[in-house]
Amino acid sequence: MTLWLSILGMGMVTYAIRLSFILLLERVEIPWRVRQALRFVPPAVLSAIIFPELLWPHGALDISLSNVRLLAGLLAALVAWRTRNVLLTIAVGMGALWILQAIL
Amino acid sequence: MVTGRSEFLAGVRAELPILLGVIPFGMIYGVLALSAGLPSGAALGMSSIVFAGSAQFVGTQLIGAGTPGIVVVLTTFVVNLRHMLYSASVAPHVRHLRPVWKWLLAYLLTDEAYAVTIIHYNRESDPAHKHWYFLGAGLALWGTWQASTAVGIFLGARVPASWALDFTLALTFIAIVIPALRDRASAAAALSAGVVALLAAGLPYKLGLMLAALTGIVVGVALETLYPSTARVPMAARGESRNR
Repeated sequence: MTLWLSILGMGMVTYAIRLSFILLLERVEIPWRVRQALRFVPPAVLSAIIFPELLWPHGALDISLSNVRLLAGLLAALVAWRTRNVLLTIAVGMGALWILQAIL
Repeated sequence: MVTGRSEFLAGVRAELPILLGVIPFGMIYGVLALSAGLPSGAALGMSSIVFAGSAQFVGTQLIGAGTPGIVVVLTTFVVNLRHMLYSASVAPHVRHLRPVWKWLLAYLLTDEAYAVTIIHYNRESDPAHKHWYFLGAGLALWGTWQASTAVGIFLGARVPASWALDFTLALTFIAIVIPALRDRASAAAALSAGVVALLAAGLPYKLGLMLAALTGIVVGVALETLYPSTARVPMAARGESRNR
């Protein structure tokens, strides 16, 4: 029951965001300040998810060469920077993770 | 001659190359949702009720970790806030439509459908029928997302935990965020958000995520305000979008 309420809540906020300016624009224009702030939402949110995934893998900070997720993630970042190819980035990152897991 | 039908089919066709990338993500979502402990019905339900890939990935992780619903909903809000930009961007193009169209197209306003639709809208497009293009692109994505999710859920039980498929979430986001760091302000937003996320990693229910995201946004805005030259996008893009 709680599970379905959470899912419904997720759906409602998502829909409200998508509908927001489609309905509002008849009355207001999106302020420049808001537009500027929204530009930083993707890098901020995504980094806030990525950093702990790589550097906080087992409930503690781990900046060592035995942290396979950090190494695989850095390699993937390099691929993303050079190629801008999403599928290739994922493939290289997963491949590196599996190989490092087998070695270390 | 441009008709509703031809615009619809053009929208579907434009969406096809993107669908190739969407299929594996939908499947991975299905697998991850099951491994996070969601029942298959709820995992599938989320795909049609929420219909937002990255928020679904994060949401299943939070729910699997026993996070209170209110935090799950707030986190979804932050993760999906970028869609507000899309909403503002398509609004002038759907202004003349009947409410039922607006409500339907808003539901289909995902990253992938927006990407192809706005390109078409900014070219010469027939104003009388162009909403059918949006509908075609949106529905093509919707059907593919539901089907690939279902396949992932079906396969889910067979995928061992040692494959570490949850890591694809971080990798997907790396692939999205790295090419988007085009100027100093967005790089600073990303870096400060990441550091705060680590400092706050000990907070319960991943509250650190929200704190970190807000920090990143504030740092980005502050830096761009203090040093306007660091951003390459600002004035031209601003004038252009106002004229649309």
